[in-house]
Amino acid sequence: MKDLEKYTLRIADTSLILAQRLSEWCSNGPTLEEDIALSNISLDLFGQANGLLDYVSKLNGEKSADEIAFKRNERQFYNLQICEQENGHFGDTIIRQFLCDSYFKLFYSSLANSKDEILSAIANKSLKEVEYHLRHSSNWVIRLGDGTKESNQKIQTSLNQIWKFTGEFFEMDELDNIMLKKNIGVDNNNLKEEWDLIVNKTLKQAKLTRPNDGYMMNGSKQGLHTEYLGKILAQMQYLPRAYPDAKW
Amino acid sequence: MQSGKIAEIWTLLGTVPDPEIPAISVVELGVIRDVKFLNNEFIISVTPTYSGCPAVKTFQDDIKTQLNQNKIHNFKIEIVYKPAWTTDWMSNETKEKLRKYGISPPEKFAQCPQCSSTSIELISEFGATACKSLYKCKDCLEPFEHFKCI
Repeated sequence: MKDLEKYTLRIADTSLILAQRLSEWCSNGPTLEEDIALSNISLDLFGQANGLLDYVSKLNGEKSADEIAFKRNERQFYNLQICEQENGHFGDTIIRQFLCDSYFKLFYSSLANSKDEILSAIANKSLKEVEYHLRHSSNWVIRLGDGTKESNQKIQTSLNQIWKFTGEFFEMDELDNIMLKKNIGVDNNNLKEEWDLIVNKTLKQAKLTRPNDGYMMNGSKQGLHTEYLGKILAQMQYLPRAYPDAKW
Repeated sequence: MQSGKIAEIWTLLGTVPDPEIPAISVVELGVIRDVKFLNNEFIISVTPTYSGCPAVKTFQDDIKTQLNQNKIHNFKIEIVYKPAWTTDWMSNETKEKLRKYGISPPEKFAQCPQCSSTSIELISEFGATACKSLYKCKDCLEPFEHFKCI
């Protein structure tokens, strides 16, 4: 696989798997408004994944975007592990979303300056959407953190549990370095400082304690995942795999 | 020689309604970025409103149907992402159409499209479509949708 193709695929997979996860809230949201909000965020992420997968397909020259989404196995997916984590209760989902949105905002701001015109265009478009998502998830983190004693404890636990997946946002491997050198990719290390500012500010307002950086999970850049990705794929890929000629 | 045809295509596109807000056309929505003639075919550049907006697929089909019905077959629709779609491209006339249709247009402050009151409250940041949020008027008590500024 070409470098640019693999780099784009990583970004696409991150949006795709988080979108699929969030879509599980559709018809299960705690309130109608929140059901619609989570489904809308999911839809934006699916749209971003679609644009990126179309580009991967073009770079690949053989497989269609659908084939790439539906006909790969776990080890061939490169999404950040945080995206595949279970939805849990509403607070678990909101914390995961907030941490991801904060990262997306900075990642796409940087990718918008990419020398690659298509990545830059998709990043510019995505940025507008993720900023809106971040506003929504931040507001909920504050409302739940600074809510009742019970809501505070619950979301603090959510935060503590997911924290070990935030290390992957800032990792750089060989491919990242190659892409950075070509002025196409993002310097992930560079995002950390500003991410800390955004996260710390909201957590403080929410009366939540930032967990210490302990052991951080990693491996998604090599296609290594937690047990949850396989289950997501089983559901997401069932129809096109079972009925390969199905049209929708 | 093709400029007359290009003008005709623009006119036809102006009759294709937005699938979710039929009060305005896809041209008024600002998603048609360019029509040009290249290598014996017309290229219609379309930009999505939101990345995941399901209406994008629908209005592409509607454009095809409308042009085919008017005996135009040598065209293709191309998706462009840059510059990213913005509600700034909507004219005041279009905004007025939205207001009459019952949607508060994309302006900095939402306003009740029924009674023009600015005493309103946000019900939900996300509405029935990606491009709208939900408000309620505190004066006439009617709920209404606001087209988000992006």
